Amino acid sequence: MTGNLLSLTIWVPIVAGLVVLATGGDRNANAARWLAVLGALAGFLVSVPLYTGFDTLHGGIQFVESTPWISTFNINYALGVDGLSVLFVILNSFTTLMVVIAGWQVIQSRVAQYMAAFLIMSGLINGAFAATDAILFYVFFEAMLIPMYLIIGVWGGPNRIYASVKFFLYTLLGSLLTLVAFVYLYMQAGGSFVIADFQRLPLGMGAQAMLLIAFFFAFAVKVPMWPVHTWLPDAHVEAPTGGSMVLAAITLKLGAYGFLRFALPIAPDAAREYAWVFILFSLIAVVYIGLVALVQTDMKKLVAYSSISHMGFVTLGFFMFAGGTQLNPYAVEGAIVQMVSHGFVSAAMFFCIGVMYDRVHSRKIADYGGVANKMPIFAAFMMLFAMANSGLPGTSGFVGEFMVILGAVQVNFWYAFAAATTLIFGAGYTLWMYKRVIFGDVANDHVAELKDVNKREFLVLAVLAIAVLGMGLYPKPFTEVMHVSVNDLIWHVSQSKLQ
Amino acid sequence: MNIMTWSSLNAGVATPEIFLLCATCAILLIDVFLSDAKRHISYVLTLAALVATGCLLVAGYSLQPQLAFNGMFIADPLASLSKLGMVVGVILMLVYGRGYAAVRGLFRGELFTLTLCALLGMMVMASAVNFVVLYVGLELLSLSLYALVALQRTSSRSTEAAMKYFILGALASGLLLYGMSMVYGATQSLDVFVIAQKIAHDEANRLLTVFGIVFIVTGLGFKLGAVPFHMWAPDVYDGAPTLVSQLIGSAPKVAAFAFIMRILAQALEGFAFDWRSMLMVLAVLSLVIGNVTAIAQVNIKRMFAYSTISHMGFLLLGIMAATPGGYAAAFFYAMTYMLTAAAGFGLIMLLSREGFEADQIADFRGLNKRSPWFAAMMLIVMFSMAGIPVFIGFFAKLAIIQALVGLGLVWLAVIAVLMSVIGAFYYLRVVKVMYFEDPTDTAPIAAGADAKLVLSVNCLLLLVLGMAPDRLLTALTTALQFSLHPGL
Repeated sequence: MTGNLLSLTIWVPIVAGLVVLATGGDRNANAARWLAVLGALAGFLVSVPLYTGFDTLHGGIQFVESTPWISTFNINYALGVDGLSVLFVILNSFTTLMVVIAGWQVIQSRVAQYMAAFLIMSGLINGAFAATDAILFYVFFEAMLIPMYLIIGVWGGPNRIYASVKFFLYTLLGSLLTLVAFVYLYMQAGGSFVIADFQRLPLGMGAQAMLLIAFFFAFAVKVPMWPVHTWLPDAHVEAPTGGSMVLAAITLKLGAYGFLRFALPIAPDAAREYAWVFILFSLIAVVYIGLVALVQTDMKKLVAYSSISHMGFVTLGFFMFAGGTQLNPYAVEGAIVQMVSHGFVSAAMFFCIGVMYDRVHSRKIADYGGVANKMPIFAAFMMLFAMANSGLPGTSGFVGEFMVILGAVQVNFWYAFAAATTLIFGAGYTLWMYKRVIFGDVANDHVAELKDVNKREFLVLAVLAIAVLGMGLYPKPFTEVMHVSVNDLIWHVSQSKLQ
Repeated sequence: MNIMTWSSLNAGVATPEIFLLCATCAILLIDVFLSDAKRHISYVLTLAALVATGCLLVAGYSLQPQLAFNGMFIADPLASLSKLGMVVGVILMLVYGRGYAAVRGLFRGELFTLTLCALLGMMVMASAVNFVVLYVGLELLSLSLYALVALQRTSSRSTEAAMKYFILGALASGLLLYGMSMVYGATQSLDVFVIAQKIAHDEANRLLTVFGIVFIVTGLGFKLGAVPFHMWAPDVYDGAPTLVSQLIGSAPKVAAFAFIMRILAQALEGFAFDWRSMLMVLAVLSLVIGNVTAIAQVNIKRMFAYSTISHMGFLLLGIMAATPGGYAAAFFYAMTYMLTAAAGFGLIMLLSREGFEADQIADFRGLNKRSPWFAAMMLIVMFSMAGIPVFIGFFAKLAIIQALVGLGLVWLAVIAVLMSVIGAFYYLRVVKVMYFEDPTDTAPIAAGADAKLVLSVNCLLLLVLGMAPDRLLTALTTALQFSLHPGL
């Protein structure tokens, strides 16, 4: 049964998506919703044994599956997860379940297509995290663009068409260069697309630098790092709530995961040599984008910019591996914790904004004020998520940021100093927005008519709140899964691959 | 000189062609005696003839090349598989175009016989190993196509397109023939294998051969529609009745691939260094100009024309690699592109009806609301053309990129993928109008159940082949191995 667990996490949601699609038009909308929830729940349940059955002591690639797929090019349908990827498969299945529930009432047109798009995308994302063959990874990585493109374009806001096309082309450009990089590595590796072979391959500095650039295009766009982040505010703002949740919680992580899986282990010497570039970009993201977030008048845009800023922390953590005198697993581990935490927190923030948007149909901060008077339960939840977003101790947001800063201090005090400003800016933009929206007197008639969260919304908020608090108070279940794998990775990238 | 005897003819090798010729003549005769109301009899007979030809091809498939007609004609796996592809392409054209042709008064005997003649020409192109026979096959195809483009006699656009196609096509044929005559002058032979041998033994006049190659490549460029010889393509695609556009855009690309293999890869392999650089220029120009110009199109048939130009650029990149892997990639590209283009044009005809061509991109507006199923089918076609996994177009591009990177031509691979990003833009636009906009046209889809069924299978095949491309890829690779190096 555990033999093809990963295949199940990929194909259960996809098949469920196709079944949902078969329910047809909006006459059967309720059937589509129920089937989607069942499918997402099944997808989540098959992903749970990945965690419980994961051997945390030995790390390495587990739950391995491999079947020849395209023998002409020696491409395999090869799956496996290690401590770096296992959490994201589960996080993704979990987020999909939340998104399906979140879209229950909000989506009234073409329900089946909406639900199916998310389920199919969930399967594809799981595939990307689980693939151990580069082409298989690429297939999932890119196929995922199709449902996302449709989600933004069909159910998005007024400027959705521009945003969806920008999103698609931006990410396609990056990933196609990676495809060329993969084919180049395939030739160098003597006809193998196995990612582990790529990682073992000795490469000259010039080749490593070119590969790093190719990977930068694919994964930095996805993360997104400054200066290739400009698609994200558009996509996030225009996407429907569910789309924003998945984008922020999962697909951004896929970019970061790409750095861990490809860029660092395949080109470690180039990564060390040019780490300062990535650190610089990351710090610009943390500080400058944090300031940009401060002046936003649109709540969704504000959270979108805060995502970029938080992801800057993640990439900062990754490129801290090289700096210190001894191996520095804190920063990398902290960055991964930050990825998971940001998955919960950003999904929760976007959901909160979605809850308000569904009632008032505005995302402008100025259109709100005094929401707490009408929606006390909601205000309490949002308070928690806002605190987590600003990295308050006791929430999941704190753990990752603290670990990255801890790691950064060992490398360079000023890196840590610049990174730590996020604790101030983050608190600034999140709490200031919270204050303007939630507190004060009831601002207008729309706010006066607000009704507090219903059971369905309460369920989503409560589950996310438990996740955020749980991870903040007791992060060990998360860190112990990745510990061995992170150490292996750090050891691997500390070895020179130059011949 | 060989003395011709019945046994040296070995005519059994050409059974599919001979059968097709007889069937064409029979249909021509039968059609004369049918009234318009019974025209569907010719249609059924044509389809039956095509299916029978396909069966003959499958039955006669053999990995060992067999020569016939005193070494002028060969049946090798390359020929057989590409012919099979062409037969499928022509069947798709007739099935998708039946309703379209019927309401426009094109459902006539000429349509069937000319189409079958075109197919016969393509099959000869794929099997000929003598320059004159190759040329005859090409002309048979071209002349049938000129007539087919002008089939709608009352339409001035069709007639104009046919004239343009004819004049430029005749010019291209002339150039090709001129180049062939130069190669003949340099090697004193028209036989593909003899020419290859003479070149290998350094018995060919180098200067003359290279000049010949320039003219041959120019002629081929015209026929393929590669930049800078592409000017006819958009007008012809646009002006011709859509089913003829489908025919031009699908099966002949496979024939052209086989044709190029015979001339460049088999006869003139020794001069690969010279024709590779020529093809590289054509390929890069086609990729850039095809993709960039396609962006500006509002007419979907013109858009397909420019997108075909860019796809031919990809195909030429594979041939340009001049390695077994490159040839196999190009063969795979040609076959899968044939299927994709057929489905694309099929969907245009699906939406068209009497007095309405559905040839504007805007005509696809809100298709997802009118027919979610066919919107999804068009989505598959568009993403396959754009080269997004998991559709077949992705693996076709991957194979080409692999061939290029294998030769160390990473920069060429990078150009190719950058152009694919530009290409993705206009394919996305079609998806955009289908999914993100509301329909302006609410008429029900008029096409018959047969076209709908076959079209759905065709589109799903793009997905299924994308998920399991191995079989086709292996078959084509082996076919090329046995055809190009029969000794091994």
